[in-house]
Amino acid sequence: MSEREELKFSDSLMAFINEWKEKPGNLIMVLHKVQGEVGYISREAAEKVSQLLDIPLAKVWGVVTFYHFFKLTKPGEHNIAVCLGTACYLKGGDKVVEAINKELGIDVGQVTEDGKFSLEAVRCVGCCGLAPVMTISGEVFGKLTKEAVPGILAKFA
Amino acid sequence: MAFRNYILVCGGTACESSRSQQIFDNLKLEAEKQGVADEVQIVQTGCFGFCEQGPIVKILPEDSFYVKVAPEDAHELIAEHIIKGREVKRLLYDKEKAAKHAQVEDIKFYQKQFRIVLRNCGFIDPENINEYIARDGYAALEKALFEMTPEDIIEQLKIAGLRGRGGAGFPTWMKWNFSKNVESDIKYVVCNADEGDPGAYMDRSTLEGDPHSVLEAMTICGKAIGAHQGFIYIRAEYPLAIHRLEVAMAQSKELGLLGKDILGSGFDFDIEIRLGAGAFVCGEETALLQSIMGHRGMPVPRPPFPAVKGLWEKPTVINNVETWANIPVIIHKGGEWFSKIGDEDSHGTKVFALTGKICNSGLVEVPMGTTLREIVYDIGGGIAHGKKFKAVQTGGPSGGVITSENLDTPIDFGSLVKIGSMMGSGGMIVMDEDDCMVDVAKFYLNFTVDESCGKCMPCRIGGKTMLGILEKITDGKGTMKDLDTLTEIANTMRKASLCALGQTSPNPVMSTMKFFRDEYIAHIVDKKCPAGKCKKLISYVIDPAKCKGCTACARKCPVSCISGSLKQPHTIDQTKCIKCGTCIQTCKFGAISIQ
Repeated sequence: MSEREELKFSDSLMAFINEWKEKPGNLIMVLHKVQGEVGYISREAAEKVSQLLDIPLAKVWGVVTFYHFFKLTKPGEHNIAVCLGTACYLKGGDKVVEAINKELGIDVGQVTEDGKFSLEAVRCVGCCGLAPVMTISGEVFGKLTKEAVPGILAKFA
Repeated sequence: MAFRNYILVCGGTACESSRSQQIFDNLKLEAEKQGVADEVQIVQTGCFGFCEQGPIVKILPEDSFYVKVAPEDAHELIAEHIIKGREVKRLLYDKEKAAKHAQVEDIKFYQKQFRIVLRNCGFIDPENINEYIARDGYAALEKALFEMTPEDIIEQLKIAGLRGRGGAGFPTWMKWNFSKNVESDIKYVVCNADEGDPGAYMDRSTLEGDPHSVLEAMTICGKAIGAHQGFIYIRAEYPLAIHRLEVAMAQSKELGLLGKDILGSGFDFDIEIRLGAGAFVCGEETALLQSIMGHRGMPVPRPPFPAVKGLWEKPTVINNVETWANIPVIIHKGGEWFSKIGDEDSHGTKVFALTGKICNSGLVEVPMGTTLREIVYDIGGGIAHGKKFKAVQTGGPSGGVITSENLDTPIDFGSLVKIGSMMGSGGMIVMDEDDCMVDVAKFYLNFTVDESCGKCMPCRIGGKTMLGILEKITDGKGTMKDLDTLTEIANTMRKASLCALGQTSPNPVMSTMKFFRDEYIAHIVDKKCPAGKCKKLISYVIDPAKCKGCTACARKCPVSCISGSLKQPHTIDQTKCIKCGTCIQTCKFGAISIQ
């Protein structure tokens, strides 16, 4: 344990945690902030949050694993989120996943070897009018076809 | 300063993803360049609702409705419309009648709509509180603070007959009344903005287009029940809505409409945002409260109801975004005005996210009692690509399908339950002949199994078992007895699950089994998927009469399962075929079909 490098939170993150420390029900808000900075909730990050907020690690880990939004592994440089909400599913969201799979060789929940892309399936990004939809690093791409996928990915490669 | 023209650019999420921000920037730039920056006001509004045609730009006072606008069009819009006073016809929605009928009122999509909840969406800049105030914003709060007692406020809601828009349809006044009547030094007001139903985005658009309506309503509730703290529990996946809420809260605090001593009345009320983290079950009110308190979002048994014992054991009123957005109007115009809208069963309007295989997908607000046919055909423009209507799904993973025979059912809480569906939060997904109903049922069940919190046994095990049976059926291994087993498990889940998620998750299966039993039987007995969706039950076949032997399909086939010599009819080896559909897309002669 002692050899492991200690995880450092930035000053602004520490300030946020201090601000929220005494507020009841702060854990989820703090975890959001941590994931915003680190990209995911690592075991080390969870331990640190547990110490800083004085909440048992079991409870922290219980919350992290309960909510889909919190990631346990480091996402790729560009995270691809394909919507598989109802409208997107009916309009072929699963074909978009297949096309990405073919192009990058990764399945949902995986990261490419070079760490460039990660792929996740999400439920409804709230623009069903554009179905099927995916987002890459927050940028939304709508009315997708499997033919369009390689070109879009190339922009981020 | 008065402006000659107002340009409204849609800044809802769907339009933003089609570069509406750049359209906005370019319009500003062009107005500057062409010297009319002082004469036009360019505003970024919330969602217009007509997402199918986005990005949308509307120019007032002519009310010209421009659709599918690109950032490159900014120059022409300023040069032609603003400077020369000529509409840019190629961008108008109705190009045929452009000379006379460019107005919003003439667009069929809007004709049968009646906007209460979305009254300001697409009209005001949601990041400017003055525009909200100019459209009677905060007038209801003033009335509630200075002219009304808590009893008056609740009485108006009772007269209005407002029922919760989150799905269950519980009378709002009763919730408020329960909380008001509990003696407690601390009480809470909560807005449920954890819109988890896949295929629904009403709440998101309301918050993005008109955040103040929710803040105002929550403050009114605070006065009515005696609470001083509110929480908005919103999905973390909605960054734009969160941003607009934060801006709105800062502005209303600055004007003394939120915070300490509101409008000098001595009444304090503050609101805090709490982020959800992607758990569908947190839309259930007791689970939502657990999540606000920082726990895993697992429901707890009711009673006690949150209105009596909620957040930190204190009385808590929880309403959904759409319910909140109705309240300022009800208080301002009176409960009686509201009670006259809609039908006998349900008053007011309902917002639906109309999506799926429909021509005009978008956000639709109609008076209760409007029929499904009016929504699908008059507003939605019918089924896309000339396909045949099959069903509409309402209520998301908790709801059911509505078939063509029930298209004339009026949409209200009671009628939808009678035909085996439910109002739900407002997702309305249209399906056509290409959609397999067993697959749709499997899709929803997959969702609820994934989202089950696992606390109670009927939901945790029942859902998983039902899903297993559905998979068996779509794999072609089902038996007729499976249908009875599905019904049996469903009944247990409905009776014994702890919360609404488990109680309602069998609904999509039961409803499709009721209305499309023949499709289930086709999967089980004939081992066929009539819609051609279930991969294990379809085969791609080459018609030897039509095949020219061009070898194109054989060369494209990723598993090399197509054989045949040049200029001779080819055949597909069914044991190797992965049913990817590449061959059918490659064939130029229409020789390959799905059987």
